[in-house]
Amino acid sequence: MSNIIDVRDLTKDFKELKAVDNLSFTVKTGEVYGFLGQNGAGKSTTIRMLLTLIKPTSGSIEIMGLDLLHHRKEILRQVGAIIERPDLYKYLTAMENLQIFAAMSGVKVSQKKLMDQLEMVGLAERAHSKVKTYSQGMKQRLGIATALVHDPKLIILDEPTNGLDPQGIADIRNLILHLSKEMNKTLLISSHLLSEIELVADSMIIIDKGKKIVEGKVNKLFDPADTVVELKTLNDTETFQQLQQSALQQFVQEKRNDCILLKLHRDEVPAVLRKLVQMNMEVVSFHSKHSLEDYFLSLTTPAHVDSIKN
Amino acid sequence: MWILLKIELFKIFKRPRTYIAFGAIAAVVLLFQMGMKFDGKTYLDLILNNVNDSFEVSDDFKSKLLNGYFICFAILNVLLIQMPLMVALIAGDAIAGEANMGTLRLSLTKPVSRTEYMLVKFIASMIYTILLLIWLAILALFGSMLIFGTNSLVIFRSEVIEQMNSYDVLWRYLAAFSFATVALTTVAALSFLLSVFAENAIGPIIATMSIVIVLTILSEFNIPIYDQTVKPYLFTTHMVAWKGFFYVQADADNKTIDGTIQNLPAILRSLGILVIYIAGFVGTAIWVFRKKDILT
Repeated sequence: MSNIIDVRDLTKDFKELKAVDNLSFTVKTGEVYGFLGQNGAGKSTTIRMLLTLIKPTSGSIEIMGLDLLHHRKEILRQVGAIIERPDLYKYLTAMENLQIFAAMSGVKVSQKKLMDQLEMVGLAERAHSKVKTYSQGMKQRLGIATALVHDPKLIILDEPTNGLDPQGIADIRNLILHLSKEMNKTLLISSHLLSEIELVADSMIIIDKGKKIVEGKVNKLFDPADTVVELKTLNDTETFQQLQQSALQQFVQEKRNDCILLKLHRDEVPAVLRKLVQMNMEVVSFHSKHSLEDYFLSLTTPAHVDSIKN
Repeated sequence: MWILLKIELFKIFKRPRTYIAFGAIAAVVLLFQMGMKFDGKTYLDLILNNVNDSFEVSDDFKSKLLNGYFICFAILNVLLIQMPLMVALIAGDAIAGEANMGTLRLSLTKPVSRTEYMLVKFIASMIYTILLLIWLAILALFGSMLIFGTNSLVIFRSEVIEQMNSYDVLWRYLAAFSFATVALTTVAALSFLLSVFAENAIGPIIATMSIVIVLTILSEFNIPIYDQTVKPYLFTTHMVAWKGFFYVQADADNKTIDGTIQNLPAILRSLGILVIYIAGFVGTAIWVFRKKDILT
């Protein structure tokens, strides 16, 4: 698979603030690429640079093999995007909004095709209603329709599930999967709702303070068998000492304020639990977790980030 | 570019606020015409108070004076001072309004160059200004001609009375409205420039009006040192040059010469200065916008 996005040593300074710091990553054609980071990590700044809304301080961006600075129009013809909120002309109807953005994209789209787009995002019945009467979820879906109106190869969605209720989030997730699997689009999706990214992304990058923490295939970065257990007992300090002197020592990660973290393979969980009972530990809770979100948090909490840097 | 302009005009004329200025002009013009219809003579008496001592003004002359051309001139004197606000409403909203709505960032992710985008926005503001003046011409000039009929146009300057024959007036209005288009476009260009720096349309609109008011006051100052050093460079000084089309040359017997203008070079100089201001404001706006990071 060829690279559709190739970012090299991208940096953006806002006076004293380094919003993006020497960031490099690649997105392969046809994949769903998750762009992860806490709020303020530099995701939106990077996406705005990919869309020429912000000029990089240094570094280069190639999209579809072309340099973004010199082939801006050519590239943007093949890109559809929503940045943060799907802000549209509220005093116009959904159909009028679509017509405007199709024309701005330089394509002539028939009324029927536009209606099909609205049908795909579930808004055909409200095609002629003014956008100001739409709910947040409907606006989000209309935003996606405007991003798709010119049939782009690459779709960039910045926080597409922001402010949506669970049903709205599920709708967007299904739409992303539809675009990827049925329509063969390449998608770059930024989010801090990592559980959502986990469900749709093929590859991902995690950034923090403008820097890349890790990048790769989701299934390789995170092995579901790597389980983190949050153990709570009546006396964590005493338990922590006992565990460090026991056969379970190899699993002990650290002691936190409210729990002890154990790291182990999923298959080892029953045995460890049995051993804790045998040791007469006064267990209050034993919570095993294995999701991308835990992985993400473990990488971006300040202490861990610092240890990675060192 | 034509498609973008069509989109821009579509957006402008789909917004209810666009019609506020058209409504305001209609209200002012109609109220003025109504007042003149019922009490025009008193209004004339007030104006003629200053010249009654030196001229004998008969009732017959007064009734001829109160015609469509005169009413239009009186309306223009009042309205062309207020119209910058109406123009600023749209031009100030051009970029700041899009930034406020959040549509600016979406628009700029489309394959449109920023220069193109800005030019289209400015041309649309200019078209709006022209339509506003056409509307004013329809109501104030042609409406007044219909209601009050036509006759010679007599206007009163401090110590001079200008009289133009009926057949020598219409082209002067055409020229005056054309000049007013350039004058108001200067205000639109200023508002447009300020719009680039703001994320809310209120700021540029208020800033434009503040600048226009302050500079107009400066233009009116009767302090000799300002006459040479400041006034000739203020665009507000030149915005009122449209009146020059109604100042007529006279022959040796002090009779007006049809088809003449007293000081055409002065009008053309004012026109040139306004065009330079427009180019400066729009050029700066485009230059700033091309370098701007879109963070809204």
